[in-house]
Amino acid sequence: MPERSRADLLLELADDELVIGWRNSEWTGIAPFLEEDVAFSSIAQNEIGHARALYELAAEELGSTADELAFDRSPGDYRCAPLVELRRLEWAWTVARHWLYELADELRLERLKASGDPAVAGLAAKMDREETYHRLHADMWVTRLLSVREGRLRLDEALDGLWPFALGVLDEELRPELRRRAEARLGRELPDVDPVARGDHVGELAELWEEMTSVRRSAPAGAQW
Amino acid sequence: MSENATDTVFEVFRQERKGQPFQHAGSVLAPDLRFAEIYAREQYGRRQESSALWLVRRDAIDELSDFPDEFDLKYRRVDGYSIKARLKEARERAGTQPS
Repeated sequence: MPERSRADLLLELADDELVIGWRNSEWTGIAPFLEEDVAFSSIAQNEIGHARALYELAAEELGSTADELAFDRSPGDYRCAPLVELRRLEWAWTVARHWLYELADELRLERLKASGDPAVAGLAAKMDREETYHRLHADMWVTRLLSVREGRLRLDEALDGLWPFALGVLDEELRPELRRRAEARLGRELPDVDPVARGDHVGELAELWEEMTSVRRSAPAGAQW
Repeated sequence: MSENATDTVFEVFRQERKGQPFQHAGSVLAPDLRFAEIYAREQYGRRQESSALWLVRRDAIDELSDFPDEFDLKYRRVDGYSIKARLKEARERAGTQPS
């Protein structure tokens, strides 16, 4: 694992969860059908809940607050992976991203649950209990799309398109295992490509940041709900 | 809502606390039981409002809805007796008035 501080590692995770939660919530009200709308929105809310817990842990160390970390940094300071930054994708691509992200997140959480840092290991275990249902949800969609020809074509195209981004969620040492698990589940090979790694941002992050931080910037002392 | 030919309606029954009866909460439309479980969990469980859910395929439910009463046996019905007058009488005997 590349050398980085505990706080940096927590911020990577927190930013991933915040931004994927934000992006997935872009389906609220317009998901393919009502049940999915409720379920996918609820999953998005869970991810944002995970982000808050991670920011709180980082904030203790940095002498900051979760809100400051989530909303007061400039877009360039976010550490999220480009996979989660992409603006709302077509449904098959959304399912592909959701599934790839959960698969990568599972690997990452397995590592963190075994961490010698009890606060990190404990939080990872708590998150993982909710992520279990996210993975179930993503995997059911993969099964469903693969079961018909049109679904398979669309999902395969999306998975191939997003694969370099998925690799970029994880550190180099975990990427071969991500590939192994993904290929075993899909029963086919994924493209041999360079990862779109963490560190660079896609242009769509700045636009998301504008929206995500607008309330905070309009009421810096804290909005009352 | 897009309804696929393969979608099934599952009726959802919710138990608020352990030991209490399950009551009908609503329904979810889903392609199979696994999707239905996810949807029911998110719709009827995410606020910690349920201690358990039952999912039943709607087509597995046997409905009865015909209860003939051709001879007006109103003494078998709860509205068959007027107790108003008798209640008034009893109150007068006891010397209490309705508040």
